[in-house]
Amino acid sequence: MVLVLAIGDLHIPHRAPDLPPKFKSMLVPGKIQHIICTGNLCIKEVHDYFKTLCPDLHITRGEYDEDSRYPENKTLTIGQFKLGICHGHQVIPWGDLDSLAMVQRQLDVDILVTGHTHQFKAYKHEGGVVINPGSATGAYSSFTYDVNPSFVLMDIDGLRVVVYVYELIDGEVKVDKIDFKKTATAPSAH
Amino acid sequence: MLNGTEDEEKWLAEGIAGIQHKAFYMHRALDSNNLREALKYSAQMLSELRTSKLSPRKYYELYMRAFDELKRLELFFKDDSKHGVSVVDLYELVQHAGNILPRLYLLCTVGSIYIKSKEAPAKEVLKDLVEMCRGVQHPIRGLFLRSYLAQISRDKLPDIGSEYEGDADTVMDAVDFVLQNFTEMNKLWVRMQHQGPGRVREKREKERSELQDLVGKNLHVLSQIEGVDLEMYKETVLPRVLEQVFPDEYHLQTLETLLGACPQLQPTVDVKTVLSRLMDRLSNYAASSADVLPEFLQVEAFSKLSNAIGKVIEAQVDMPAVGAITLYVSLLTFTLRVHPDRLDHVDQVLGACVKKLSNIPKLEDSRAMKQVVALLSAPLEKYNDIVTALTLSNYPRVMDHLDIGTNKLMAMVIIQSIMKNNSCISTADKVEVLFELIKGLIKDTDGADVDELDEEDFKEEQNSVARLIHMLYNDEPEEMLRIICIVRKHTMVGGPKRLPFTVSSLVFSALRLLRQLQGQEGDIVGEEASMTPNKIFQLLTQIIESLSAVPSPELALRLYLQCAEAANGCDIEHVAYEFFTQAFVLYEEEIADSKAQVTAIHLMIGTLQRMNVFGVENRDTLTHKATGYSARLLKKADQCRAVYACSHLFWVNDQDGIKDGERVLLCLKRALRIANAAQQMANVARGSGGPVSLFVEILNKYIYFFEKGNKQITSSAIQGLIELINTEMQSDSTNPDSVADAFLASTLRYIQFQKQKGGVVGEKFESIKL
Repeated sequence: MVLVLAIGDLHIPHRAPDLPPKFKSMLVPGKIQHIICTGNLCIKEVHDYFKTLCPDLHITRGEYDEDSRYPENKTLTIGQFKLGICHGHQVIPWGDLDSLAMVQRQLDVDILVTGHTHQFKAYKHEGGVVINPGSATGAYSSFTYDVNPSFVLMDIDGLRVVVYVYELIDGEVKVDKIDFKKTATAPSAH
Repeated sequence: MLNGTEDEEKWLAEGIAGIQHKAFYMHRALDSNNLREALKYSAQMLSELRTSKLSPRKYYELYMRAFDELKRLELFFKDDSKHGVSVVDLYELVQHAGNILPRLYLLCTVGSIYIKSKEAPAKEVLKDLVEMCRGVQHPIRGLFLRSYLAQISRDKLPDIGSEYEGDADTVMDAVDFVLQNFTEMNKLWVRMQHQGPGRVREKREKERSELQDLVGKNLHVLSQIEGVDLEMYKETVLPRVLEQVFPDEYHLQTLETLLGACPQLQPTVDVKTVLSRLMDRLSNYAASSADVLPEFLQVEAFSKLSNAIGKVIEAQVDMPAVGAITLYVSLLTFTLRVHPDRLDHVDQVLGACVKKLSNIPKLEDSRAMKQVVALLSAPLEKYNDIVTALTLSNYPRVMDHLDIGTNKLMAMVIIQSIMKNNSCISTADKVEVLFELIKGLIKDTDGADVDELDEEDFKEEQNSVARLIHMLYNDEPEEMLRIICIVRKHTMVGGPKRLPFTVSSLVFSALRLLRQLQGQEGDIVGEEASMTPNKIFQLLTQIIESLSAVPSPELALRLYLQCAEAANGCDIEHVAYEFFTQAFVLYEEEIADSKAQVTAIHLMIGTLQRMNVFGVENRDTLTHKATGYSARLLKKADQCRAVYACSHLFWVNDQDGIKDGERVLLCLKRALRIANAAQQMANVARGSGGPVSLFVEILNKYIYFFEKGNKQITSSAIQGLIELINTEMQSDSTNPDSVADAFLASTLRYIQFQKQKGGVVGEKFESIKL
């Protein structure tokens, strides 16, 4: 059982002052093995904060990030899964799942983690799974008028990944989960 | 009750009888010079004093009987011709008495003779005795014991001019002894207050008042010590007496008298420490229980303390600033504990501090600064809600007296308090006050040089201000607009170094307001036209324009595009167009870095793709520009990608969206040509293949539009492209691109998958022969 935190689009300090207190109290150091960050933190303080949660931190560049040295995209292997990260402002049309599927094929990954739209999505297609953890701070988005703070925790166990999405709705944290199983050739959803 | 007194009389009678009985035998021993017997019977006699059954008044009677007998014993001890034992040995001998109380009475008695004999310095014997008496902790018994000690030692203190004065013994030692005895008696007396169950409280209080005299006698003794001149009294005795563990209510009730004495004390007396400690004690007392608070109000503690401090500070003109401010800190702590709701008190203390600080040309003492910071932090910590602190009129005035560095430190403390408590400041007035308070962070103040600041610190400061802006909110749009205007007013003068940090927060704040407004569209009928989306867009333009002074073209471009999307949401075409114009102009004129250009173009294309507010003309103009920029990027690969991204500008998937199949294809073909050119260039320059991946990407785009129903894209075109790619890959077998291989493989898998879907999709893909 490997826990991977997928989080991004915090937009601190431009659009939000901080992570919601309820999220902060849930995210404790030592519980998570990897952090995947889609980008738009935007400042070093947020980077440092993530580092305290887990030293294995993977970040891709968002268009407002202070540190321009983050890569445009990144791939890594965790257990039986190949994961890819890309912020998503580079993929046009924004939020278009077919275009994102192309990126997934290009990076040759089972799971593509992407952001930019501030909308949580977990989408399974022929080539794999696309996960958008949304905005952890519920930051302003031109995409949608209704942004709830959210992040994703993936539990990777063998050929199976359980995706837990945590959303802050009206002051309460709601959790939902989706199961994905990978066969030898391609993943399928339950 | 009647029974109680009757019993007491009985016990007293028994006790007296006991004493008389033992005394009889003691006298016999004395007469026959029998020391051993004398000690034995005197010890037994003194054991009667071990009773706990008597009230102080009754115990006193018993004590007086014993006292008389001890006088006789003392005479006997003095005359060593009668018993033949040296006083030194005698001192040791009496310590063999079985029980502690008799032992100590005897010891004190012998001790008195010891001192008289001068065989040991008075100071040492006195010290020994006063400490040994600690062995008796029962209040009544202990008090009487120490009273005995005080009494017999009176004439043996090493006072000035006394026979006991010497090099080793001084008046100071005498004073020390008396004060120590006094302290210990005090403690016993205080302890009585807390003993026993509540119902006998009244009785206990009565007893305590009976014993007050005993304790107070020590002070009388002190005053009799000739060597204690006014000087010593003021410098040493009084402060130590004031420090005593008196019951707090004692202090409280006599506050006026106590405070009246303070200004008259000499500057050498650390009166501010005395006052500070007094206030701290009273603060703790107030915190101990809510029942005592009315008492504080009844004695008007605050105003008395406040006046006293004022007088002290006035009287001691040479008191350093840190001293005065420490007093104010104690007073503030006091009022925050005792009457936290009295904001006028808090403001008063701050005001007094301002007055003091005004008289100092320039406050340079860092300790004093620290105290001022403590003064300002106290209300923040007490009232977690910063808004309360903002109502204190003297608060900003105090801050004005801080040096620049400390002022900024305090501003950060304020911001951190807001962030920690998740406070929301919701009116324009409060925001104005707040921004006045933090002005040290917002703009250059006299004497401050922004360039000298440590970069990390500066960033932290400005990021804090940026975060703070999001804590200012009111869901009433009019008020929110006022808030934004105030923030803008303050931040616009921040200078080029600060603007990049604060402008973004302000812009998004305004964009949120816009949404608020949209949400309330129906309700604004009848309002004066001060609040329209257009007004907000004007504001936004002005705010973003300020970035040109930095200059920050990349950020400005992003913000203009955000505004364009917002205008799209409000369905205001010309405003959206204007924002695009601004963005495009910035791109053309200010963004020269290749990497920055690539990102900028994708943002422009991505935004434009989502616009549905534009009419054909405007859309065409902008699209034409976008594709033009794309084709002129420096690197071929970047060109290619940007151009095929532009294909989406001609195809929008919703109902009314544009679906111009031809122009889509034109874009894709153009992208293909660029990819080819890139391939050739790579062959020439490096002798090996270029980015085959580009072709696969374009292939994917072909498939995308094919699937979406673009009739211009045929299955044969797709097939042709696949063949092309295969050819390219094979011709470059010396340098296999595994990434591109995998990409092609998964693309082909996708086609296969779609074929197998069946239905309309399956049919469509059927035509692609692999």
